[in-house]
Amino acid sequence: MTDLLPVLTDTWDAERSWKLATYEEAGGYAGLRKALTMEPGDLVQAVKDSGLRGRGGAGFPTGMKWGFLPPPDGGPRYLVVNADESEPGTCKDIPLMLASPQHLIEGVAITSYAIGCDHAFIYVRGEVLHVYRRLLAAVTEARDAGYLGTDVLGSGFDLEVTVHAGAGAYICGEETALLDSLEGKRGQPRLKPPFPAVAGLYARPTVVNNVESIASVPGIVAHGPDWFSAMGTEKSSGHGLFSLSGHVTRPGQYEAPLGITLRELLDLAGGVRAGHELKFWTPGGSSTPIFTADQLDTPLDYESVGAAGSMLGTRALQIFDDTTCVVRAVSRWTDFYAHESCGKCTPCREGTYWLKQVLHRIEAGDGEERDVDLLLDLCDNILGRAFCALGDGATSPVTSSVELFRDEYQAHIDGGGCPFDPSASALFEYTPRNRRTPALAGGAGVGGH
Amino acid sequence: MTAEPTSARSQARYDAETLASLTADAAQIMARYPDPRSGLLPMLHLVQSVDGYVSRDGIMFCAEQLGMTAAEVSAVATFYTQYKRHPNGTYTVGVCTNTLCAVMGGDAIFEELSEHLGVGHDETTEDGAITLERVECNAACDYAPVVMVNWEFFDNQTPESAAALTDRLRLGEDVAPTRGASSVCSFKRMSRVLAGFPDGRADEGETAGAPTLAGLRLARAASGSVGEGDPSSPGAPSASVVPPSAPARPGQPGDEGSPSPTSGAASASGPAAGRAPGTGEEQQEAEVPPETGAERSSAERKPAATGDESPGRSPSGGKADPEPERKGRDDD
Ligand SMILES: Cc1cc2nc3c(=O)[nH]c(=O)nc-3n(C[C@H](O)[C@H](O)[C@H](O)COP(=O)(O)O)c2cc1C
Ligand code: SF4
Ligand code: FES
Repeated sequence: MTDLLPVLTDTWDAERSWKLATYEEAGGYAGLRKALTMEPGDLVQAVKDSGLRGRGGAGFPTGMKWGFLPPPDGGPRYLVVNADESEPGTCKDIPLMLASPQHLIEGVAITSYAIGCDHAFIYVRGEVLHVYRRLLAAVTEARDAGYLGTDVLGSGFDLEVTVHAGAGAYICGEETALLDSLEGKRGQPRLKPPFPAVAGLYARPTVVNNVESIASVPGIVAHGPDWFSAMGTEKSSGHGLFSLSGHVTRPGQYEAPLGITLRELLDLAGGVRAGHELKFWTPGGSSTPIFTADQLDTPLDYESVGAAGSMLGTRALQIFDDTTCVVRAVSRWTDFYAHESCGKCTPCREGTYWLKQVLHRIEAGDGEERDVDLLLDLCDNILGRAFCALGDGATSPVTSSVELFRDEYQAHIDGGGCPFDPSASALFEYTPRNRRTPALAGGAGVGGH
Repeated sequence: MTAEPTSARSQARYDAETLASLTADAAQIMARYPDPRSGLLPMLHLVQSVDGYVSRDGIMFCAEQLGMTAAEVSAVATFYTQYKRHPNGTYTVGVCTNTLCAVMGGDAIFEELSEHLGVGHDETTEDGAITLERVECNAACDYAPVVMVNWEFFDNQTPESAAALTDRLRLGEDVAPTRGASSVCSFKRMSRVLAGFPDGRADEGETAGAPTLAGLRLARAASGSVGEGDPSSPGAPSASVVPPSAPARPGQPGDEGSPSPTSGAASASGPAAGRAPGTGEEQQEAEVPPETGAERSSAERKPAATGDESPGRSPSGGKADPEPERKGRDDD
């Protein structure tokens, strides 16, 4: 049995946990004090040694990413924190910033010092007003206490932090689209290379990291890389937030070493909704191929989830029980991708549009015999041909669900409609007004950008 | 431009006082960035705080401030869903109908509100109080089904609770989110905060709801410790529940003192198979990245460098760059 392991969450139940004083009382900013006595290069090495891998979805080694910055040339270098959290199912960075923004700010200060940055940015999605308030206040508090601003803690190191609110666009979570957005443009991905490490914000060397990645840095510095790498598995070290949502008794944030299994997490969370069975789940958000009960014992680390045919992603564990129609679930995710496709490349722009059309007609009972194969064909034309990973991600739920639940697609086509009662999956009783979901009603539906 | 401009220099038809304060605010916004153009998104939030949407005048204003054309500003504004093309209601009521919330009841809530208010997606009630929207996942799935009012969290909603909420909003009552400030502010006030001007309300509201604390509470119960961070830990706030015996700074690999986070607190049934806790030997071998290559879109998979990595990538790795030369062509 793997135990829960509160590190980032450890102060969240404190009175006014978001205040600097609370954070300091719990030992906060010891990491920064220590960091300022170290050589920046040694900090980068410490993060490399810890084995920390990006918590924003891909798991790229964080220290290695920092190490890709070219040697200083006297010009500016930037840290940009990706706080856009919008991958469906993902709900860890937002509660972290609401409960303990100083954890992130300390990480920003240490990282900036390590990479030689004197102006860092936190790009937070615009749809979380109170989080933005807390971040703005946290920066002010930290600056007043000398952790930011000129001559940080008397070290001679200067650091400005700007908290920037986005304006509603999932694609701005993609790191190069985020940079364009932060430059005041439409948020569309850039061609890579050059990578942000070489030419990022304002074409200067830039590190882009996820909130949880950066918030993990103070602990690594304060306690040492071995402390961190002793947690988790060999190649997926450390602690991580596992976000359980959906048909589970106690949904929420469970911080544990990487490598914990869904079975263990469900045990802690009181199991699947009473009287029901697990049907399918996402290991890391909607862009990761779905799993079933067959993967209950798959260790949730990068390698094991990959070997089992999906991705650890953002550890967004969305749990769906036997009342859920998989076609409805996938159709809705596809609406999302079609809506959020930035339109820059044809395979994704057109492909997600057609996926949506075909899924809608299957769901509504108007599907044709060849439609399931058509879905797979459409995915084939997107996967590997899209300009950024949004397009590839859009195919994951479709292909994985067809593979696992082809019968259910067929039942919609043969039976001329959805065999499920949507009210059975809801948390409350209601009488569905029409069996077509709102998104199918067309007209006032979700529009594109 | 048909109406008389109140400022000789601006084509945006704001009265002199409004224009002066907008200009002062815009200057503050631009000063936050090495390049003033980065201020465009906050500046668009700022004009929404005055007009309640991105008006023609607002676009002119931003264009003048940043030395851009109105068309360029417009092209940016229309890309983002939070910028409204029509006057918004005092409150945006957004029902999450992404899959997780939809399945848990979000669809029923949207249907109920649509009927109750007599408006559809992105439409505003006649009294101008409420603009109803269907919104995407708002990073609160553990509180599903979720409704957002002016981007404050209303967690664990039902059709009844959501309808009652809108009734109170229309009556002009103060309504408190489940996680957020002690009452919801207007769309215009919200827009001003999003432009980066604090309203002094950061300390209002709770720290976290039950789901946010679900794991922490279990860990506390298991370790018998209550309250905040472990005072014995001099480092960053850290694992008070990691084996109670664990020193804050573990010794070298193999040391007795090395923490063994997989045993201890809640139960002590030992590390799961395949785990190598506490050995410290698992440090990454120099510069060899673990297998993350598959996470980059294949169209950009060239260099084995810091790439992207997204949540979205086929596990199979898909086909390796079937038509690499296509990418230029697809780029508008
Ligand atoms: C469509 C798309 C959306 C993404 N959204 C986010 C996001 O909201 N937050 C995030 O941290 N990373 C997101 N990413 C991943 C980022 O591109 C990038 O890999 C990440 O911020 C790097 O940080 P990390 O190495 O610390 O994980 C997204 C990627 C794609 C393709
Ligand atoms: S894959 Fe989709 S989101 Fe990415 S660049 Fe192409 S159109 Fe835009
Ligand atoms: S799906 Fe509704 S908040 Fe995530």
